[in-house]
Amino acid sequence: MSIRIENLTIHESARLLEGKKISSVELCKAYLERAKNLEPKVKAFLKLNEEEILSQAQASDRRRAESKKLSPYDGIPVAVKDNITVKGQTCTCASKILQKVVSPYDATVIRKLKGKGFVLFGRTNMDEFAMGSSCENSAYQKTANPWNVGCVPGGSSGGSAASVAAGEVTAALGSDTGGSIRQPASLCGVVGFKPTYGRISRYGLIAFASSLDQIGPITRDVEDAAILTDVMYGRDSKDATSLPDTNEKFSEGLDSLKDLKGIKIGLPKECFEIEGLDTGVRKSMEKSIEVFKSLGAEMVQVSLPHSKYAVATYYVIATAEASANLARFDGIRYGNRVKADSLLETYLETRGAGFGDEVKRRIILGTFVLSSGYYDAYYTKGQKVRTLIRRDFQEAYKKCDVILTPVSPTTAFKFGEKSDPLQMYLADIFTISTNLAGNCGISVPADIHANGLPVGLQLVGPDMGEKQLLRISHIFEKNRAIKEFIPGI
Amino acid sequence: MAKYDVIIGLEVHVQVRTNTKMFCSCPNKFGQEPNSMVCPVCMGFPGVMPYPNREAIRRTVMAGLMCSCEIAKFSKFDRKSYFYPDMPKNYQISQYDLPLCGKGKVHVCGKGFSGQEISDKLIGITRIHLEEDVGKLNHFAGYSGIDFNRAGVPLMEIVSEPEMNTADEAYAYLTALKQIMQYADISDCDMEKGQMRCDVNISLKLAGVKEFGTKVEIKNLNSFRSAHRSIEHEIVRQAEVLDNGGKIFQETRGWTDERGETYILRSKESAHDYRYFPEPDLLPMTFTDADIAAIKKELPELPEQKRERFVATLGLTPYDAQVLTLDKTLSDYFDEGAKQAKSPKILANWIITELLRELNDRHIPFEKNPIPVSHLVELVELVSGGTITGKSAKEVFSEMFAGGKAPKQIVTEKGLVQISDDSEIEKFVVMAIEQNPLQVKQYKEGKTTVLQFFVGQVMKLSKGKANPQIVNRLLKEKLDKI
Amino acid sequence: MKIIDVKYVAALARLELDSEKEERLQKEMETILNYVDSLSELDVSSIEPTAHAVQMTNVLRDDISEIPFPREEMLANAPETVGGELIKVPAVIPGEEEN
Ligand SMILES: [Mg+2]
Ligand SMILES: [Zn+2]
Repeated sequence: MSIRIENLTIHESARLLEGKKISSVELCKAYLERAKNLEPKVKAFLKLNEEEILSQAQASDRRRAESKKLSPYDGIPVAVKDNITVKGQTCTCASKILQKVVSPYDATVIRKLKGKGFVLFGRTNMDEFAMGSSCENSAYQKTANPWNVGCVPGGSSGGSAASVAAGEVTAALGSDTGGSIRQPASLCGVVGFKPTYGRISRYGLIAFASSLDQIGPITRDVEDAAILTDVMYGRDSKDATSLPDTNEKFSEGLDSLKDLKGIKIGLPKECFEIEGLDTGVRKSMEKSIEVFKSLGAEMVQVSLPHSKYAVATYYVIATAEASANLARFDGIRYGNRVKADSLLETYLETRGAGFGDEVKRRIILGTFVLSSGYYDAYYTKGQKVRTLIRRDFQEAYKKCDVILTPVSPTTAFKFGEKSDPLQMYLADIFTISTNLAGNCGISVPADIHANGLPVGLQLVGPDMGEKQLLRISHIFEKNRAIKEFIPGI
Repeated sequence: MAKYDVIIGLEVHVQVRTNTKMFCSCPNKFGQEPNSMVCPVCMGFPGVMPYPNREAIRRTVMAGLMCSCEIAKFSKFDRKSYFYPDMPKNYQISQYDLPLCGKGKVHVCGKGFSGQEISDKLIGITRIHLEEDVGKLNHFAGYSGIDFNRAGVPLMEIVSEPEMNTADEAYAYLTALKQIMQYADISDCDMEKGQMRCDVNISLKLAGVKEFGTKVEIKNLNSFRSAHRSIEHEIVRQAEVLDNGGKIFQETRGWTDERGETYILRSKESAHDYRYFPEPDLLPMTFTDADIAAIKKELPELPEQKRERFVATLGLTPYDAQVLTLDKTLSDYFDEGAKQAKSPKILANWIITELLRELNDRHIPFEKNPIPVSHLVELVELVSGGTITGKSAKEVFSEMFAGGKAPKQIVTEKGLVQISDDSEIEKFVVMAIEQNPLQVKQYKEGKTTVLQFFVGQVMKLSKGKANPQIVNRLLKEKLDKI
Repeated sequence: MKIIDVKYVAALARLELDSEKEERLQKEMETILNYVDSLSELDVSSIEPTAHAVQMTNVLRDDISEIPFPREEMLANAPETVGGELIKVPAVIPGEEEN
């Protein structure tokens, strides 16, 4: 067997499995082997249980042998971010407070993946409770960027992005509240897709900010992102905010666009004027724009006038929701409890010891903006600016099909480089608006920076505009200058 | 005139009767093993989401319509944050600025707890909103234990205007609310099961003065009686403080039934900052005029309307109607019987004087009443048809109450059929006259009241079965002939 | 001027902070809030707030019950129980509960 697993996709694996070129056990063993070698450097996984993985793979191989395969993807491994619940497994959100809590139920996406025979391949590291953009806020370990282990993988889904980039697994699930799928995907040179808010059930995703959170895939290519979206999306009777089924199949007809004639790509002028946008990143964007033009796309200037308020708006709304969402972690019904004499002290000490600094920072900010006397000045105001940001997009889509921006103003930065919380928040400037507006966005590897690190470009589509967004992303992927994004780790 | 005016407002929590909880599909069932009616959603596990129960919302709107409330066209859920171990998420999903039901009113009348008659009055409803109940805390020496079976049960909060002035009015208001909820099948309002709980807001001000006094809240009253008692107690306590030149502090107080006192739970300084904000996991609710009209169509008869009907069409006195509509089960019982009975008024008398007295004496709630209404109607007909005497009827009634047998069966078994045959009764009459020469003499001397004595003797001899009218006639005939 | 009192807010959020951390957070919060105050440049008086990114209403469930989870499973993660039946917590003042 001479298969380059570090470059293997879901759709290729499906063909190999179907053609009996490889078994699920062989596939998973190869990944486990590679992970064994790389994990000491990458540290993408919080949990990687060989036994559990192989027993799933064996079951899958048995199903195939008995012609009972659950889908073409039966037996393909997918890693899961550690904020998505799997029955019988811990789900820590990279926090001490949930260290030993075993989930009594499967998240809806997990139920769906299991239903198609995917092998759940370990649990990936993240910023604690998905709060961060570097994965440095994990209570357990710092994941490294496979392109340069002195750099962060991005966050919060840093473990998922790094594991896929390092070729330790075929694909992974992430969650995106302000860019947490797209930014690490960009920094690690993989595809990261955040569908429209409500497309994929959030049931079983441990909430950070409920009105912004969305589960999505982190994959090696656009087709894989479409495949996983097909498996996961749809109305869920356990998530009242999930959108109705549209019976689309995103992975079909992906290459139906032969060129981009008649397609309008919006370039928001505000995004390219931003200070702190790295010149190399800007250059990569310009090169990518040329690719789009060469495919016949029309580039149109659009305006997102309120995007400069997006980070401020986000930090009001996301932290407010988080302050309530994280109130349940109190050591009463589950989790680490610090024993104290009184109930009040139990709360104070359990939460004081259980949460890391960034989580505390955001809980305090969120508690403050909701507190009596400040609610209107901060929270209501944030909600109103959110309306303006949403309107900006609606206006822009009157002029274009998708919007193109960088994913991140810079490539992967060094550990400890952004020690100032506000500087870290500003790293999400291009991705946050999408969560506030609720529409869909994708990060596709576009170029390699002069510093040797990958640069991603972001395409943002309108509400429910996944099909077109994925097709445009797909044709770009096929036509970009650099074909393969494989770190030399 | 009293020195102080008393201003009372009530916040009443009523559990909505549904099959399932408010935001998950766990059964809404009381009295089960602790923590056996729970799931990750109602225990606030990481990653779960609420999903609202349509029926709980419908019933709350119905409750609103029964209280003449304005129903919201647009309503939403909010999170109310505070840390407490009975609340799984440390926030309660409740409603803040857009409750399902807005302003309404409830008609109160009848007897207060003290037995005094209350003049008819309309008490304003400020709002009715829907929220989730919390778990139940059990207290032990040195620690507490939580049962989450109740957590997530749909709970209405009914807030009144501060428009009650006496403990009796508050009592009557609670009674009226309970009636409404029972009538519309929204809740059983069993306070012992915690299905209805009440908080009181009470303030005193010098009579005639405009400004309201400082409001004190009494929390967690779990019977109408303790609501009444705590109000009476609080009026005296606050009046004493004011009389002595003291100040009333805005605070929350508890109530102990054993000591009959309120006590301080927390002062205003430690008041909560609930940080309400729209629940991001739940989307808003909208109601069209047609939606509201459809629910209106399903509304049952209000207790008030029922009372009017009982008086107007069934010939009951207003008092009878008041008593028979106190409880929904009771009024349904009577309504059913009235359809079968020739005289609903006589049936009402039997229910009020015999059945209710008997139940009361034995502390049996009406729901546990052992006599089916068809049996009671049968008994009434046996009396009015002359099959048994009134005296026998009482005996039959006791038997029915004890054993649940049909009256006809009892009458047959005990041979209680009334004797209306002249010749048979004449035997007893003759016997009675022969046995009591002294009384015969008195009668002859003109003391006609002694006739009642002879009636009693004949009844005794006939074991209560002789038709009293015939006994009377025959006695007179015989005695007059002597 | 101090916009936020971190000590008070931390107490509301039930977070124990040592004095050093509290001081640091106080400074960080003020920087962040100054940044957030850029929102005050905008006149939003006539703008409706957005609470949800989806525009649906009346997403409701039928009142049909399901079998609840086994108690052992639901209490398995509890730090302490009372006889495996109740979740044990430090003493709570009776009557203090609210709803
Ligand atoms: Mg309430
Ligand atoms: Zn439940």
